[in-house]
Amino acid sequence: MNINFLQSLASHLSWGARIGLFCLITFALAAIFAPFVAPFDPHQIVGDVWAPITSQFWLGTDQLGRDILSRLIHGARNTFFIAGAATLISFSMGTFLGFLAAVTGGKMDQLLSRANDLMMAIPTLIFALVVLSVLPANMIVLIVVMGVLDSTRVFRLSRAVAIDIVVMDYVESARLRGEGTLWIIFREILPNALSPLFAEFGLRFAFAVLFLSTLSFLGLGIQPPDADWGSMVKENKDGIVFGIPAALIPAAAIAILTISINLVVDSILSRTSSLKGGR
Amino acid sequence: MAANNHSLLNLITKRLALGLLLLLMISVIIFAGTELLPGDVAQSILGQSATPEALHNLRLEMGLDKPAIERYSHWLSNILQGDLGTSLSSGKDISSMISGRLGNTLFLATTAAVIAVPLAIFLGLIAVLYRDGIVDKLISITTISMISLPEFFIGYLLILFFAVNLNWLPSSSIIYSSMGILEKLQAIALPCLTLTLVVLAHMMRMTRAAILNVMSSPYIETAQLKGLSSFKIIFHHALPNAISPIITVVVLNLAYLVVGVVVVEIIFVYPGMGQLLVDHVSIRDIPVVQAVGLIFAAIYILLNMFADVMSIIANPRLRHPK
Amino acid sequence: MSDVHFLEVQGLEISAYINMPGEATKTLILVDNISFTLKRGEVLGLIGESGAGKSTIGLAAMAYGRAGCKITGGTMKIDGVDLFKLSSREINKVRGTRVAYVAQSAAASFNPAHKIGDQVIEVAIEHKLMSKAEALDYAGELYAKLGLPDPENFGNRYPHQVSGGQLQRAMTVMALCAKPDLIVFDEPTTALDVTTQIEVLATIKHAIKDSGVAALYITHDLAVVAQVADHIMVLRHGKMVEYNSTDKIINHASQKYTQDLVSIRAMQKQEQAVPDSPAILQVNNIAAAYDGVTKILKDVTLHLHAGQTLSIVGESGSGKSTLARVITGLLPPMQGEVLFNGKPLSSALKNRSKEQLRDLQMIYQMADVAMNPRHTIGQIIGRPIEFYFGISGAENRKMTIELLEQIELGEEYFDRYPAELSGGQKQRVCIARALAAKPSLIICDEVTSALDPLVADGILQLLMSLQEKHAIAYLFITHDLATVKAISDSIAVMYQGSLVRFGQKSMVLAPPFDDYTDMLLSSVPHMELGWLEKTLANRKMQSADN
Repeated sequence: MNINFLQSLASHLSWGARIGLFCLITFALAAIFAPFVAPFDPHQIVGDVWAPITSQFWLGTDQLGRDILSRLIHGARNTFFIAGAATLISFSMGTFLGFLAAVTGGKMDQLLSRANDLMMAIPTLIFALVVLSVLPANMIVLIVVMGVLDSTRVFRLSRAVAIDIVVMDYVESARLRGEGTLWIIFREILPNALSPLFAEFGLRFAFAVLFLSTLSFLGLGIQPPDADWGSMVKENKDGIVFGIPAALIPAAAIAILTISINLVVDSILSRTSSLKGGR
Repeated sequence: MAANNHSLLNLITKRLALGLLLLLMISVIIFAGTELLPGDVAQSILGQSATPEALHNLRLEMGLDKPAIERYSHWLSNILQGDLGTSLSSGKDISSMISGRLGNTLFLATTAAVIAVPLAIFLGLIAVLYRDGIVDKLISITTISMISLPEFFIGYLLILFFAVNLNWLPSSSIIYSSMGILEKLQAIALPCLTLTLVVLAHMMRMTRAAILNVMSSPYIETAQLKGLSSFKIIFHHALPNAISPIITVVVLNLAYLVVGVVVVEIIFVYPGMGQLLVDHVSIRDIPVVQAVGLIFAAIYILLNMFADVMSIIANPRLRHPK
Repeated sequence: MSDVHFLEVQGLEISAYINMPGEATKTLILVDNISFTLKRGEVLGLIGESGAGKSTIGLAAMAYGRAGCKITGGTMKIDGVDLFKLSSREINKVRGTRVAYVAQSAAASFNPAHKIGDQVIEVAIEHKLMSKAEALDYAGELYAKLGLPDPENFGNRYPHQVSGGQLQRAMTVMALCAKPDLIVFDEPTTALDVTTQIEVLATIKHAIKDSGVAALYITHDLAVVAQVADHIMVLRHGKMVEYNSTDKIINHASQKYTQDLVSIRAMQKQEQAVPDSPAILQVNNIAAAYDGVTKILKDVTLHLHAGQTLSIVGESGSGKSTLARVITGLLPPMQGEVLFNGKPLSSALKNRSKEQLRDLQMIYQMADVAMNPRHTIGQIIGRPIEFYFGISGAENRKMTIELLEQIELGEEYFDRYPAELSGGQKQRVCIARALAAKPSLIICDEVTSALDPLVADGILQLLMSLQEKHAIAYLFITHDLATVKAISDSIAVMYQGSLVRFGQKSMVLAPPFDDYTDMLLSSVPHMELGWLEKTLANRKMQSADN
């Protein structure tokens, strides 16, 4: 049934979503095969400072004279890996706790929900800045901080979705039959929560990409000599006032990535909501 | 009637008390976040290579030898008296470092909000009025792209276009207190535009959804079957019921505004709280980070509280109980 | 003037367009070639099951189609002017002023943000038919006429501040206020309790007669429409079945479908004698509250014998569903105990044994949400067999298919999903799921209320034949007295959380009655002309006697 579902999904994607999907796959392939596709060593100075776009340097060179395209391809690895890992953490934490709160209800729900409200009462970036000012600057800390902070949003959504399902008579019927909490979470609730959660996973990943880029842009994410797309914007930003658009290239890459995700998710969401009535 | 107002007042008082409690909890979290996380503040300031003697001195100086609860209550009571402590890196009084910058940040954020909020609601209404038409689709495609753009992409694009190519506006927004209001507005034109664009898309999309939700209610059908004009239906019958959800939407987006303002200040080298925060995070000046973080959180919570109260007042069921 | 047919509908056709992305647009004809005429002061009843297209016809009288619907053929002439040929501006002039609408749920159809009075006079003011003072005066007059309390100040209240029955009358006032020629009543009493329904029905009938307005009265309840309509049109799947005077339809129907609708309430179960054996279910002095303070149930005691049916009847707020929650263990009671097979049941669900859970099953009102939409019919029915008896695989499949045959569905339903079934089929699957546990008692919570009358009849017959075959006891919770008469051995009447009457069916339904049971029984519409007047006259006499 799941395969049928995905097939029908793919065949009904809008044109925007197909373009988005194409971009996503291209980016992902470039990241995976970075050493083979990148024309130059990303750390090596190969040309003039801020050289314009030529047939040799397809996207020009950066503030030290390194090839921007090569750095972009290698940087994609960091961006994809960190954002992906943070999203996985936020998702597994958020959905599990969210479902648990909805199914058990009562004091457990109160405790989890109030703690979550408290976390959400501080804007994420501010919270992250405060925490990162104390913790050591490395990739694991970054992933965990991003994941935990973002899990508050996932918690809220998955709890809301699950609460709508928990009040259904078929869940009550399972309870009256004597089924355990795990059966109710995995067999009754999860199959009905999959499509909104699937869409949310895409949106959270897009948000993680933006958030990571923002942190790196502020100099608090990926530390040199490593680079991701956000830190490439930071490195090249001084060129802007001289009319050198080098910083805009990684920024545009981020934009294309997140727009692509949004287009695909949007198409899936409108598709599944129109599926609601019939099967 | 007196009893009615009383219960409404009760509800509002409760909300306000809850907000204050939240504020207190946030102060605990921010304190704990910087003081109790792994490692030691003194260690992280001086680095791994610090001598034990230097570490010991710094710990004494910062009062790190005292129990955490004592340090927290000391920190909080000082803040309540307006004393935010002193900066580790510069030794300056934090309150005086902040005073001018807080005004600057509020000026920038408020200007952006004043432009973005009415514009978003207006565009949301337009999208509803012509829903499923070309205008609606155009707005929808534009917003879905805008939502995905990082602030710095919009910011640098605007600089490249308006400041470098056209040379209409300054690329960096340096303002000082002796400037007149018009000069100030000109200086913040680009950051303000960036912030507006960042918030606008989200807010408009959600406003549209909130109004459409109301528009599917049976009482809207009643109004249509009364032969009323679309204008009358939207403004007289839909809007009063959409106020509460729209307020919620606006407040949700203030979070984007708070985050956006930090990034925008860096892009445009604007002397505000955001820049202060980012600068001191990178040099790990913890007292400054604590103070600025707390102020940002407090502003955000106060706005939320205000919105909560507004939507209570806007709800006819609560305003006119049985 | 009254001899003229001022409303003429010819060959009305309404279609729905179903748009699925990536697929060609499908057209579905909702209303097919419907014609009728109406004189001033006349009432035409439109009757049919859900999906018969009756509301769609009603809204077409205002040239209005709900989202996705489009009027694709025919004419709708009011005084010779075809509404379908008017511009939207001209149609707006007709809506509210010449044709007005009364919806099923007045509670949802009043705008919560404005006072009732402002909404009532809105049409007259907006279309400049009256000055504000005139409109307010006239509305006040109408409030009084329709028996609304405190008519001078009624308009100053907000919709959520008055009761459902009052709001339904206020909606009628709203329709009458601009003095229209035609009012479309769309199931105006369906959402109300039966004792409230009779009053609202009487006021609506009186208001129609008094103002000389013509009306389209839409409902699924033939007995109700027989009280108010001069003519009735029976609809099915968007097509006309029969169109005749009310007398002809009720007493001399020519079509089989109409005859079925008329005789629907005739079924009666032969009452079984009280056996000597102890009761299978004994409820002793139960009191319960959701918040621990406000008692929804007050000191309820009743019992049910094995293989028999006990109906618990009451209106909304009577506590009948709460009693079911107490018995199933979802709501621990504040006092009292429940004995099942002679042994006390733990008040909390989690302390009950698997055997106790198996022996007591439940069927819900909304079969739609009682089955997990992501499970197949085979999984839904097979799960209790696996869970309680540990039987899986081929044996499980065999038993599931046997159950499918018992509920008159075949093996071909095994791999289908609930969404592929009709309402009646879904409820049958829920019955099979309960049956799969081999229980001795099934609680049926309003199991037929969401179904069309003929489908509901089929479900009741199925339940009764299963009872004979497996000797299952039913605790039947319902608000519908016709159902109660059809299936019960014993009856409990509940009112505001208390048990007002309990005993064998023949005893409960025979005089002398207590006041509430009398009112309840006499409020159920009969399938006869003039029942409404007769009942109201009776009541007047009785109160004069007292």
